[in-house]
Amino acid sequence: MVGIVGYGAYIPKYRIKTSSIAEQWGNDATTIEQGLMLKEKSVPNIDEDTITISVQAAKYALKRSGIDPQKIGAVYIGSESHPYAVKPSGTVLIDALGIGPDVHVADFEFACKAGTEAMFVAYSHVKSGNMDYALGIGADTSQGAPSDALEYSASAGGAAFIFGKENVLANVLFTHSYTTDTADFWRREYMHYPRHGGRFTGEPAYFKHILGCGKALLEKSGLKPSDFAYAVFHMPNGKFPLKAGTTLGFTKNQIQAGLVVTAMGNTYSGSSPTGLTAILDIIKPGEKVFMVSFGSGAGSDGFIFEATEKISEVQDLAPKTWDQLNGKRFYLDYGKYLAYRGKILFNDIV
Amino acid sequence: MANSQRYTREIPHRYRLEAQKFKSGFVSLSRRYVDPETGEQEYEKIILKGTGTILTYTVIYVSADAFSKQTPFVIAIIETDEGARLTAQVVDCEPEEVRIGARVELVFRKIINEGHSGIINYGYKAVLI
Repeated sequence: MVGIVGYGAYIPKYRIKTSSIAEQWGNDATTIEQGLMLKEKSVPNIDEDTITISVQAAKYALKRSGIDPQKIGAVYIGSESHPYAVKPSGTVLIDALGIGPDVHVADFEFACKAGTEAMFVAYSHVKSGNMDYALGIGADTSQGAPSDALEYSASAGGAAFIFGKENVLANVLFTHSYTTDTADFWRREYMHYPRHGGRFTGEPAYFKHILGCGKALLEKSGLKPSDFAYAVFHMPNGKFPLKAGTTLGFTKNQIQAGLVVTAMGNTYSGSSPTGLTAILDIIKPGEKVFMVSFGSGAGSDGFIFEATEKISEVQDLAPKTWDQLNGKRFYLDYGKYLAYRGKILFNDIV
Repeated sequence: MANSQRYTREIPHRYRLEAQKFKSGFVSLSRRYVDPETGEQEYEKIILKGTGTILTYTVIYVSADAFSKQTPFVIAIIETDEGARLTAQVVDCEPEEVRIGARVELVFRKIINEGHSGIINYGYKAVLI
């Protein structure tokens, strides 16, 4: 059976507290912290971007898989913050990790769903027999305009998954995708920050697609929410995934392990994939995971995974996701945060 | 790393730590064709594991313009476990955490942007482990 043979997540060590952003704009920190269920978010160091985050996550995935990088036949990075407008992120990654040059590489974009899109295509290549291994990554240094609600959550991080047929850690049992044209969130070319439809991003966008995909996936599999040990959904804040999950019939306990948003923020394309790594870090053989992503525009990709005996052997081979979130970190004030995120203009330096 | 051609040529050692190991045991990360001690020209290509020890370091308070937003920061001379010596920025730490003899791991980071429209230069930096 085809499934994940290696996984890894990387979250930068820098943070800004919700209260630091709220103070800047004269908002009440406690109201926002409770409303979003978010106390702080990750910020990339000044020398980190989607490419460096992807490289580190993929290094951890390679470590856990134990495979020769040369055996990887395809590499896909899903992100809405690819550092170049024209020049792929994936080419930098393959040369940094010793993959290729006999490899298919593409960068994906579909708002917050680009990561699971990369995973889905990587999985499909292996399932079709096209290649032995394929790597799918979701990573972002997410953008949010100053003083916009998104500024509290848009964060940095990513997760990488190698799919293969041998020594599988978690089999893919079922997949489903659900897509419509919905203008809930977008960014036009040359624009620094995305725009969104405010409350329109909720029911007609996030919930419609997550629930549509989730219900179809349950139906397709013939499984019930109680058959799963864990569930993970796209996490724009803490409340949305809990509401979507409980509407589908999952309990808070099933969602908690992957609910990384509370300590990390929304890593856009890296959101539900990073949540999945937090679950894979602790899952036991035989346990199942229900996963549904969401990307504005809009669509959802759903996966059902089942852990194998092999998972216990690799969980400790690379840094775990919650350990990175709760480990050593550095807090930025709002001014430094603006500089780190390129939100203020400096003179050209070359 | 002044232009895209030179940058591309330096990818093997800057991205994935490809080094030359000469017969005498001398290991060079930056590309060398001759062992500086013995004059030997035969070498094997090795990939460094990326772990090493800080031999010495300095804290930069007044930097070149390209790094001015990062001050104060640490630049260290590091010996990798294979014996190659290199100079790298030590990041994700406060300068006072750095010590001679500290163990480090090399990570893949952005070094500089060539202005707003030029290429982005990636390479290795070090983090404390």
